[in-house]
Order: sequence, then C-alpha cells, then structure tokens
Amino acid sequence: MKDLSLNLLDIAENSVKAGATLTQLLLTQEGDILTFQVVDDGCGMTEEILRGVTDPFYTTRTTRKVGMGLPLLRMAAEQTGGTMEVESRHRDAHPDNHGTVVTAVFHTDHIDCPPVGDLVATVTTLIQGHPDADFYFRHTTDTVQVELDTRDLRAVLGDVSLAEYEVLQWITGFLQDQYNPQET
Amino acid sequence: MKSLAELQAIKEKMQGKVALREGSGDKRVVVGMATCGIAAGARPVLNAFVEQVNAAGLTASVTVTQTGCIGICQFEPVVEVFEAGKEKVTYVKMTADKVARIVEEHLKGGKPVAEYTIGYTEL
Repeated sequence: MKDLSLNLLDIAENSVKAGATLTQLLLTQEGDILTFQVVDDGCGMTEEILRGVTDPFYTTRTTRKVGMGLPLLRMAAEQTGGTMEVESRHRDAHPDNHGTVVTAVFHTDHIDCPPVGDLVATVTTLIQGHPDADFYFRHTTDTVQVELDTRDLRAVLGDVSLAEYEVLQWITGFLQDQYNPQET
Repeated sequence: MKSLAELQAIKEKMQGKVALREGSGDKRVVVGMATCGIAAGARPVLNAFVEQVNAAGLTASVTVTQTGCIGICQFEPVVEVFEAGKEKVTYVKMTADKVARIVEEHLKGGKPVAEYTIGYTEL
C-alpha cells in the first residue's frame, strides 16, 4: 500500500462486506501520533478467526476467510514503532451489539511512516461503491476537523442515490473545503 | 463552502433523471477493489471511469461498480466489462491513462480495446 488512505479504503471495504450498516472512519492526529480507527457494526468475527486475522499465513480457507489487508496495516503501523489492534464481537455471541473495531497507531515522525494520501478519494470511492451503506468520516488534526456523515446527506437526498456523479462531486468539494477553510 | 442547500438543489435536479434511467443500464464496468486491486492502483482507475463515463454522457447506459478479488491478483488492477448478450471483456494491469480509450472505443463505440485485455498480456 502506497499510503494510509489506501489502507483505510481496504479495511473499510471489509466492514461493508461484513454487512455493516454504519462504518466509521476516524483519524486523529495529536502531535506525532496518528490514530487510525475503523469501527463497524457488521457481523463481527469469531474468536478463532480473530486470533489469526493479522497473520498473513493463517487461513481456515474453504474459499477464503481472511486476506492480506490487516497484516499490511499492521506492518505499516509497526514499522513506524506503532501498533495495531483488532477487537470484534461476533453476531452469534452478541446479537445486539456486534461489530469490529480496528485501531492502528502511527508515529508520523518516523521515517518509515507512509503519507496519509488522498482521504477524500477514499471516502468518495467507498460511497460510490456502497451507496446504500452509511459512513461517518472524521479527520482531526491540530489545525482542522473534517467531517462527513452520509446519514445527513441521505436525509437531504431522499431516494436520490449517493452514488450519483453530481452527489460525489459535491462530497469531494464539501470535504476539500473543510481541508482548506481559508480559500472560501 | 459547499452547503446542504446545494445538495438539495442537486437532489431536485436528479429526481427527474432517475426515472428515465431505470432499467436501461445495459453495460456494466466492474472494478476489482479488494486488497490486491487497491494496492495495485485500482482507486484512480475506478475514479477515472466514474468521471469519464459521466463526461461522455454515458450514465444512462453504463454503470460503474466495484467488486472484491477477481482471482487474478497478479494482473490487478482488473476491470471487467459486462454487456447483455456479449462475452465478458477483462482488462488487466489497468491505469487511469488507459481509461479514456476504453470509454471512447468500447463503451461508446462498442469495440473492445484488444491490447489492454487479458488475452494480449503475457501470462
């Protein structure tokens, strides 16, 4: 993965595949520490799968249960001196409160820390591919807080799809404006 | 600053169009967006298709969607084009730069760009 926005896209795609109705993408930069978190209300993982999920050579593969996404995220975080953790509650054991939380911590002053990349493209790509799922994106740094909640947009749009080109363009502009508040 | 009022205006504009569009999308462009595709650069390819299909005025007949791993990770980014009554066309090792020709010659003109397809790639 070239940058963190691609890791974010990859991990969030797992959440959608796990049937999440709401996937939260939370990035918080405090000094030299970047906390990267994906929180979903999808089906969750059983303890057995959770144990092996960050090992790229683990599989219970009948077709395929886990892939390279989390190992790649773990590698990216750990090579900056950071960490990655996955917590998950499977829907069989927690029917009312299931889902997965992936948390990665990056030391952004480390020379091996990848750039953040194009987060706006990651958010629009997720929405384009999954217009019926909801996403909450929040990126907080020392200077800006950028936020988008597709539930707010859906309330305005009614039955018009979030994947319409004009809507995606609006979302891109809406996020870019928040990143560059002085330009307007 | 973009406002929700602008989004409301987009909604009103789109509502009329949506009714016309239903049931017509006869070509489907599917971009592999699993770990393998994303790592190989599928995101800019997908965004180029979304942009250029719209710019070419093809949104009524072409749908751009995403899928998971197509199973040929070494050829990612992979793009498949499905059309009713025709064989699937698989484009491999895609880049955003290749998208313009596919939109023009294949999606608009109906003729697949042979040299971008898997059949032309050395296995």
